[in-house]
Amino acid sequence: MGKTLAEKVWDAHVVRSAPGEPDLLYIDLHLVHEVTSPQAFDGLRTAGRPVRRPDLTLATEDHNVPTIDIDKPIADPVSRAQVEALRRNAAEFGVPIHSLGSAEQGIVHVVGPQLGLTQPGMTIVCGDSHTSTHGAFGALAFGIGTSEVEHVLATQTLPLKPFRTMAITVDGQLPPGVTAKDLILTVIARIGTGGGQGYVLEYRGEAIRALSMEARMTICNMSIEAGARAGMIAPDETTFAYIEGRPKAPSGQDWADAVAYWRTLVTDDDAVFDAEVVIDASELTPFVTWGTNPGQGVPLAGRVPAPEDFTDPVDQEAARKALAYMGLTPGTPMREVAVDTVFLGSCTNGRIEDLRAAADILRGRRVADGVRMLVVPGSVRVRLAAMAEGLDRVFVEAGAQWREAGCSMCLGMNPDTLAPQERSASTSNRNFEGRQGPGGRTHLVSPQVAAATAVRGRLSSPADLDAA
Amino acid sequence: MEPFTVHTGTAVPLRASNVDTDQIIPAKYLKRISRHGYEDALFAAWRTDPAFVLNDPARAGATVLVAGPDFGTGSSREHAVWALQDYGFRVVISSRFADIFRGNSGKGGLLTALVEQDVVEALWAATEADPTLPVTVDLTARTVAFGATTASFEIDDYVRWRLLEGLDDIGITLQSAGLIAAFESRRPAFAPRTA
Ligand code: SF4
Repeated sequence: MGKTLAEKVWDAHVVRSAPGEPDLLYIDLHLVHEVTSPQAFDGLRTAGRPVRRPDLTLATEDHNVPTIDIDKPIADPVSRAQVEALRRNAAEFGVPIHSLGSAEQGIVHVVGPQLGLTQPGMTIVCGDSHTSTHGAFGALAFGIGTSEVEHVLATQTLPLKPFRTMAITVDGQLPPGVTAKDLILTVIARIGTGGGQGYVLEYRGEAIRALSMEARMTICNMSIEAGARAGMIAPDETTFAYIEGRPKAPSGQDWADAVAYWRTLVTDDDAVFDAEVVIDASELTPFVTWGTNPGQGVPLAGRVPAPEDFTDPVDQEAARKALAYMGLTPGTPMREVAVDTVFLGSCTNGRIEDLRAAADILRGRRVADGVRMLVVPGSVRVRLAAMAEGLDRVFVEAGAQWREAGCSMCLGMNPDTLAPQERSASTSNRNFEGRQGPGGRTHLVSPQVAAATAVRGRLSSPADLDAA
Repeated sequence: MEPFTVHTGTAVPLRASNVDTDQIIPAKYLKRISRHGYEDALFAAWRTDPAFVLNDPARAGATVLVAGPDFGTGSSREHAVWALQDYGFRVVISSRFADIFRGNSGKGGLLTALVEQDVVEALWAATEADPTLPVTVDLTARTVAFGATTASFEIDDYVRWRLLEGLDDIGITLQSAGLIAAFESRRPAFAPRTA
């Protein structure tokens, strides 16, 4: 029997395997940020253990960093302590680090791919659930806990039980104006926030093949929001073209060898998935969330649902709670929901292509009165690229705030937060209660919908602007 | 990790069931960046009550916590184990443990001895009558002994082996260092490096 992509990558990394025991898996790349690493380094220190492979480890500062006045010390003492601890640990253990102010700093899941460190067939881990992003390259990439971070630092391996596999086949073509974000929000609404539990999701089919790397990263990023351990997309010419020439990409003979190997990283025709979901891309429309988990979404053209619309009593109760928290009345057209804030950024949609898509809509238009729009590039490189194209001027002329790179309002660990009851359209990945600030209300949207919403002040697609 | 074979110490009777990890260590202590120094955080809310058993000077230096059933429920925070260890506990005895807490304890080197509830009751009575009463926990024999009583306890064979050998997960993996090095020598030349 053939193997799936995930099984091929897994099998290529087994260091030790014995019946009844977890496999010991080799880790090719370990990304580290300031929030989940301090206790892991402290554990190493106590046990007198070194980092086994600093050259396969990379640290960056992202969750806590401010997006204005980055030349000044971080004001919040907890944030500052975490960032300073990471710097000390990186220095003590010889781990390369991209600190605030460096040209390579940024969100850990934006930095890996843009450096060319994220490559097909690799195993990649980070103490962060959205490590699934890197699966867009055909890597097996997943989030781990702090004691596992210590384990990887000390041994460059992890004992793991194999994941199950699920194919998500997206046939046909996405209609114009429908993005990867709409697709993944639809998938999550379809299979539920627990539907992917224990699985590696492999996205395949015509619509996936047609996507850019940025769009594939958006999709794999949010696999975790369906409960999955990881998301993957088989590498192809689009993948190779994205990687070629990046600072850490192979070159010369290594490049030829690498591509030859990468081409073998496809699910065999006779491989069997543990579960399969099929989606018709041509039926998709812009999709937004109305509730407090990423599975509570509807088409933008739809209405806020009522608890009675759900058959499962658990879903009804969840809907009741979510509607109360979100301050929404069932039956309200989603397009009438007014927002206070628009956040464009995060490891889901903070890449150059996302900024371009939003700028295209904002060019020559204005952010609605009373709406604040934050544009936070996912990395310094993204920021510089956007400025080289003049996108920063487009945003500023439209009345948006152009910020420095980081996680920012995705989780509000830095000063960028929603006030209680404030409502946002956000291109990030989590609309949990309080995620963007205590009492804050989040609607997850694509960059295009975010930009159009900023202009109209209500949840909108670009098509709504042309009509107006 | 220090190997655990036999441990003798005095006990603390915690007459409470369903002690969740939020009680063991409240969430506000999770912002810290260290792996150690959580002794002040252990049962922090309860310790504001002068009558709480840990505040009894007679219990100073105790190393064996004797708790009611369902100890360690709630959030999976590993800090709960760290706080118990930092305070000085080497063993927790209870008639029922929450699974995740018990797993975390085994990984961290804290022995969780599962006994019948009547053993817990007898131990509570005995240590309340005499706070200096030594309690001996023998992992090799799987017994708890105090006064004239010896009772057996349950523990997973694999966890027991790890504790006896003093092996944490990393220690176990490092026993395969040769295999890891061999794997590394086979990695392709094109695999990227960060530095
Ligand atoms: S942008 Fe948001 S989801 Fe991504 S790593 Fe940062 S906090 Fe996590």
